[in-house]
Amino acid sequence: MQGTVNQRTDAGTQRGLRGWLGRQFGRTPMIGWLAGALVAVVLEQQVGDPLSELLGLPKIPVLFGFNVALKKPLLIPSALAFELLIYALPIWLVARVASPVMNRVSGILYRLPRWVSPAVHLAVLYAALHIWADLSAYRGITLRLMLIAVMLTLSLNLINGYMGEFSCSHPGFMALGAYTTSVFTVGLFMNDKLFGPALLPAAAGPWLFPAALLLGGAVAAVGALVVAIPSFRTRGDYLAIISLAFLFIVKSLIENLEFVGGPRGMSKQPNWATLPVVFLWTVACLWTINNFVRSTMGKALNAVRDDELAANAMTVNTRKTKMMGFLFAAFWAGVAGGLFAHVLRYVNPGTFGLQKLAEVLAMVYFGGLNSVYGSIVGAVSISLLGEALRALEILKWIIIPLLLILVMIFRPTGLIAFTEFNVRDVLRPKTGPDGEV
Amino acid sequence: MVFFLQNVVNALQWGSFYALIALGYSMVYGILMLFNFAHGDIFMVGAYIGFGVATGLLALSSAAGVALPGWFVLVLTILLSMVLTALVGVTVERVGYRPLRGAPRASAAITGLMIGIILETGNLALLGARRISFPSLIETATYNVGGVYVTNKKIMIVVVSVLLMIALHQFIHRTRWGMAMRAMAFDYVVVPLMGVPINTIAAMTFAIGSALAAAAGILFGVAYPVLDPYMGIVFGWKAFVAAILGGRGSILGATLAGFLLGFIEIFVAMVFPSTLRDLIAYSIILVILTFRPHGFFGEPHSARLRL
Repeated sequence: MQGTVNQRTDAGTQRGLRGWLGRQFGRTPMIGWLAGALVAVVLEQQVGDPLSELLGLPKIPVLFGFNVALKKPLLIPSALAFELLIYALPIWLVARVASPVMNRVSGILYRLPRWVSPAVHLAVLYAALHIWADLSAYRGITLRLMLIAVMLTLSLNLINGYMGEFSCSHPGFMALGAYTTSVFTVGLFMNDKLFGPALLPAAAGPWLFPAALLLGGAVAAVGALVVAIPSFRTRGDYLAIISLAFLFIVKSLIENLEFVGGPRGMSKQPNWATLPVVFLWTVACLWTINNFVRSTMGKALNAVRDDELAANAMTVNTRKTKMMGFLFAAFWAGVAGGLFAHVLRYVNPGTFGLQKLAEVLAMVYFGGLNSVYGSIVGAVSISLLGEALRALEILKWIIIPLLLILVMIFRPTGLIAFTEFNVRDVLRPKTGPDGEV
Repeated sequence: MVFFLQNVVNALQWGSFYALIALGYSMVYGILMLFNFAHGDIFMVGAYIGFGVATGLLALSSAAGVALPGWFVLVLTILLSMVLTALVGVTVERVGYRPLRGAPRASAAITGLMIGIILETGNLALLGARRISFPSLIETATYNVGGVYVTNKKIMIVVVSVLLMIALHQFIHRTRWGMAMRAMAFDYVVVPLMGVPINTIAAMTFAIGSALAAAAGILFGVAYPVLDPYMGIVFGWKAFVAAILGGRGSILGATLAGFLLGFIEIFVAMVFPSTLRDLIAYSIILVILTFRPHGFFGEPHSARLRL
């Protein structure tokens, strides 16, 4: 995706692989890719079963054939053929052959009111994801956790990338959100031995779920004051320790609260975090955070990161800026935590420990600092990689860290750092009056 | 009073572990201005290497038909493991930190975290998920000093730790290499221009820090003879807290803060239910850092701080 954006201007002039890719795909607008994906997943839904039987696969490869390939190396050719026929070929065909039509469609959308084009793109994307995830429960869970990881990574990037602090408290914010939301939903809508019978009819639940998530986010934001207020006086390593202490305190606090189950955790969350709900919240998170970092407030965050003293001299209210940054990031971490609890339908304090911290940090630094693009790429690739290499069991946790070390050595700020995510630019047609080629 | 003194003894023991590990953090910070987040796992590796060396020595002596005294095996184990773990530390520096000399500090922190995960998982892959029990090299003898029970192991742990700390202090203040380290900590930019080899000094710092962590790991194995691959995580982060609390790069601060952390944890557990230990201990640290944001012996931000 990133390649096509970068190479739009010099497509056709470059030589080698990049030039070839640019000539092949540089003229496909975003809607073309999404339509290709949609065609591919519909194809898989319709003919996936007979095709996999024909190729000798036990069932449709659930995650792009990785698990099949790693478990039974003999099936690699079949899995490869399946992925080529179902995914690569249709996407390539639609992206390449239909690109004039798609550019026309994209151009029409581009000239409609500004909100129409993103809405249509999101609808197509959602349709593709929905059909893809519908095929197995495993895909559904993986996809929802991936979207939640995107939210978490975005919100942590706000602090670690845009504001330039090293915050270790993100699992703590997440835990606050997860537990607040769970207490709200389990306490009000479920018959539970901790909270007694349901107080409200379950039918009202899904409508009040957003309120529960907002409440979770708000509690996380209030918790973030513990980190935000010391940040006025200190930064860098000391703030890292304060945030780490906050993480330990939150975890320990929850372990000692008997009414949320203590160390045993809480279960029986209602199944309200369905794919559309998680998708909508992720879009909302992406939209608000992207707008936030592109606003004057976001630029103020960068100013505080680069030189606090100079920013202060240039009339940036550094306290307000830091406060906003922390509270905003914590809010979204809390919402993500609430969704996380309702996807897994079980939380315990151990989930929100140092391992979670390492995971989220890895996603942020892999994808790239100070970049919404990078956060999406980092979260999606690390969580997909984690699932794809599942068959390797323990070796997975050697391969992923090694990969991250290599990224750090060769691109110390991450793969796609310091880039702006301009939605309108991404969705623009690649040829015609509105394109640049 | 007896109860109190009993806890002082326990706190001294815990504090020794924290202080020894925190020293490694603090020394690396002093030289390179970054925290080696793999340090907790080097502590774990040290404990495992100690286990390997001790079992190897015991097997060797029984094969040769010589009954070596336990304390002799222990001393030999500590020394050998310190050397071996120092090699691990130098490797970590070479692979994970040296290529990142000019990179942002946060990137180096991430590399450290990832190396830590690799060490944990590598251990798990090599030795399996079972817990390993450290061979008991010396018999536990319990002395009753006015109602306070002191075991010979606790005395040994505190004495060895203090000896190592004194040795480190002497090394840093009495030798040329120590002087080079202090100079490097004083000015990271100019001192290398004066002919002090930065890579050698950095490697040496990692070696010394790792050796201390190995000693802590073996002492821990002697006191609590169950090892598991994830034991380094909690110790590492707590020692990191101690290193910060003492003040960045301050050796004395790290030592004192390590002991302080041990005292806080033990005494919180003495007064309150032990499940509240982390909660109260970290709240106290939060309060301390609110009033002394630079730790006990740290200095406020200066031009030295490379962000």
